[in-house]
Amino acid sequence: MRLSLKVWRQSNKEAAGGFEDYKLDNVSPDMSFLEMFDVLNEQLIEEGKEPVAFDHDCREGICGMCSMYINGRPHGPLRGVTTCQLHMRSFKDGDTIVVEPWRAQAFPVIKDLVVDRDAFDRVISAGGFISVNTGNAQDANSLPVPKEAADDAFAAAACIGCGACVAACKNASAMLFVSAKISQLALLPQGQAERSIRAEKMVAQMDAEGFGACTNTGACSAECPKEISLENIARMNREYIGAKFSSSAV
Amino acid sequence: MATSSRLDAKIPQGPLESKWSKYRSSVPLVNPANKRNLEIIVVGTGLAGASAAATLAELGYKVKAFCFQDSPRRAHSIAAQGGINAAKNYQNDGDSVYRLFYDTIKGGDYRAREANVHRLAEVSGNIIDQCVAAGVPFAREYGGLLSNRSFGGTQVQRTFYAAGQTGQQLLLGAYSGLQRQVGMGTVKMYNRHEMLDIVNIDGKCRGIIARNLITGELERHAGHAVLLCTGGYGNVFYLSTNAMGSNVTAAWKAHKRGAFFGNPCFTQIHPTCIPVSGEHQSKLTLMSESLRNDGRIWVPKKKDDNRPGNEIPEDERDYYLERRYPAFGNLVPRDIASRAAKERCDAGYGVGTSKLAVYLDFAAAVERYGRAEANKNNIHNASDADIITWGKAVVKEKYGNLFDMYKQITGEDPYEVPMRIYPAVHYTMGGLWVDYNLMTTVPGLYSLGEANFSDHGANRLGASALMQGLADGYFVIPYTIGAYLASEIRTGKISTDHEAFVKAEAEVKERIDTLLKIQGKTSPELFHRRLGKIMWEKCGMARNAEGLKEAIREIRQLRKDFWSDVKVMGTAGYFNPELDKANRVADFIELGELMCIDALDRNESCGGHFREEYQTEEGEALRDDENYMYVSAWEHKGVENWELHKEELIYDNIKIAQRSYK
Repeated sequence: MRLSLKVWRQSNKEAAGGFEDYKLDNVSPDMSFLEMFDVLNEQLIEEGKEPVAFDHDCREGICGMCSMYINGRPHGPLRGVTTCQLHMRSFKDGDTIVVEPWRAQAFPVIKDLVVDRDAFDRVISAGGFISVNTGNAQDANSLPVPKEAADDAFAAAACIGCGACVAACKNASAMLFVSAKISQLALLPQGQAERSIRAEKMVAQMDAEGFGACTNTGACSAECPKEISLENIARMNREYIGAKFSSSAV
Repeated sequence: MATSSRLDAKIPQGPLESKWSKYRSSVPLVNPANKRNLEIIVVGTGLAGASAAATLAELGYKVKAFCFQDSPRRAHSIAAQGGINAAKNYQNDGDSVYRLFYDTIKGGDYRAREANVHRLAEVSGNIIDQCVAAGVPFAREYGGLLSNRSFGGTQVQRTFYAAGQTGQQLLLGAYSGLQRQVGMGTVKMYNRHEMLDIVNIDGKCRGIIARNLITGELERHAGHAVLLCTGGYGNVFYLSTNAMGSNVTAAWKAHKRGAFFGNPCFTQIHPTCIPVSGEHQSKLTLMSESLRNDGRIWVPKKKDDNRPGNEIPEDERDYYLERRYPAFGNLVPRDIASRAAKERCDAGYGVGTSKLAVYLDFAAAVERYGRAEANKNNIHNASDADIITWGKAVVKEKYGNLFDMYKQITGEDPYEVPMRIYPAVHYTMGGLWVDYNLMTTVPGLYSLGEANFSDHGANRLGASALMQGLADGYFVIPYTIGAYLASEIRTGKISTDHEAFVKAEAEVKERIDTLLKIQGKTSPELFHRRLGKIMWEKCGMARNAEGLKEAIREIRQLRKDFWSDVKVMGTAGYFNPELDKANRVADFIELGELMCIDALDRNESCGGHFREEYQTEEGEALRDDENYMYVSAWEHKGVENWELHKEELIYDNIKIAQRSYK
């Protein structure tokens, strides 16, 4: 396959960025999108140019590190697929592909296609956990969890924290990410003790990070590589409102 | 054989069953006021690192944690699929601590330490309790209790799981505990930082030199103890199931500063991975061992049979694992399943375009599950099509994410045609040599999880890596570190102005400058590929003395070529992944040489180490217990120069036997 690429290049957080055009002549349909970028980078090195910086690690769709905004869609055209699992057979010979970093105020660009997602870690630090020190646990089977609750909690917990939801949202809202964690823990009996304070603190931190508000367009869930459900946002809203009625901790 | 005087495993005295409990009650403690003044550096935030950092912070120590990824949640433990073992005996099928201990020692082909493995089995149950309490959503039965499945090399169901994403769920559990401590200020987290050296002062490890990968700055960090939880080195083969960033650099720097490297040649080749599709390939993807619970592995009985898999009739298929190993069938341990696949392909029975693949077939499982669903719903006249539909739904619930992944990568639908699989490098049993306390041969420097050599002998059983990572981090190091830190309470704050820090930082800087100055013609990536090819062909699934000697020569030449011809773009003063890669590849090249030296030294076959010269008439691994029942611990003496120290393995509680899964 022959491809034209328009890739966002930006040397650091402060610098102005811009698109650069590249041509690739020998792309195999069996390559993953990132392997196509490996080929591009080898070509740039040959030409004495600096390769494109992009985040990637596991290349099997689970670490959440890869983060390319491809032809206007986070992780590209397929549903439920990360960039690393997107293969070139999803494109046509002669295509022009536009690749940008995630765009959100809360995710500043570090270089080229690499962004800073520390805001997500800080949201988790605010309350995305159950406060149980090592060694305190009772026998695992002494606490039955109905299968349906366990399955729903797992479906929410499958979030890989990639940030596609934020990138997809016109408001750069992080509601899907935050709600997935709040839902997981609210659905489980272990999460009940801190249920209210968790919702309040995580939402407060989300707002402090500069993520936008949710206007229920659903783009986040449609573009989520793990297809995290919008139900989580509804659940988070209930959790948050319930918490606000009953406490004034945050 | 006697153990080298340089190695003291510090195994507690007394009967095996009570060693750990007695030791735990007698190990020195550090009082809370002193803990606040003791700093611990944790490098790596996978299962071992995240659980250790969080737990040590909970205890009151001051912790700094480092990872090269953009978030601790991305460590490669996240990609573990199938499950985690624990001797809970929830299935009432005869499991016990002793059985898990026994299976692990036998699975490791009698090359692991009894005391460590028994401790691992003892704490395995606590891990499940801890994870459930932290909100890990394990799979459950309708009654609300935990579900289990089987893994290779065992005859009980002791594997806990969360679909095919167990590693993800466990890591996110450990990560949330870590972030809780970060939020409380008891752990300071350094993302996008790579450790590039350790700093020893007066014979003790006192800190690290790390590079901020965003700014390129070198930083000095001091600590009273340093924990390397930096994972395995499978990427020395270039193609492996490891993440692209997984590397040996931290462990290798420690090795060059005095930490002995244990059993470097013990590599796990996982039998069920998606086969290589072309030259462009950057990594291989695992299909979880849990698939062998239900999938049947076969090749055509006829050589060069080019018919599609689902058109080959039943009586023309060779279910070779069931044929050769009737007792364990498709659930033989990984080393055995991998070699059996290689044997069939080498003999000309491989499938797919490359002929380097075998089938993993779910048709029988689909039918079995479909019939079970029909029975459950009292339907007695179901059509074959209905049964297949229901069966596929059950298979989807159990393995859906794996099937999706297979489809995305290969473009084939595994619900309709059998999967093609082939062995690939997956895990490294070798690693830094540690004693019972998980301390390396450098005082104050510890190694946890896959980065150490300790628990899996010559072959790791499935679902045991997650168990070991969390055991080390949650339940072992929090106790054993007291044995050392109790004597450190008078040390006081360690200054990073000490000349040892200055010197180590200068050396790191000099190496980076050298890499950038060479400006040769070949990218780090191409050197990595060349190394991988040598390693896979000559130090992979089958090894022989002649090939290993060639490999050593070739790797030495490769190292010289690297240091004269590598081309690293950009500078050191900003975010530069090419420079990071060059640094890692340079260390992989040196490690590759040591792996071949170790494989050449071990004139026997055991577990994942298969020397072609040493096999039974049936092609099984032939151990030499008389001469090789030891851990090889290599001391780095200089370029191309290592000294071997041996730790004799003593089995007081297990009868050594030829490993049989027939």
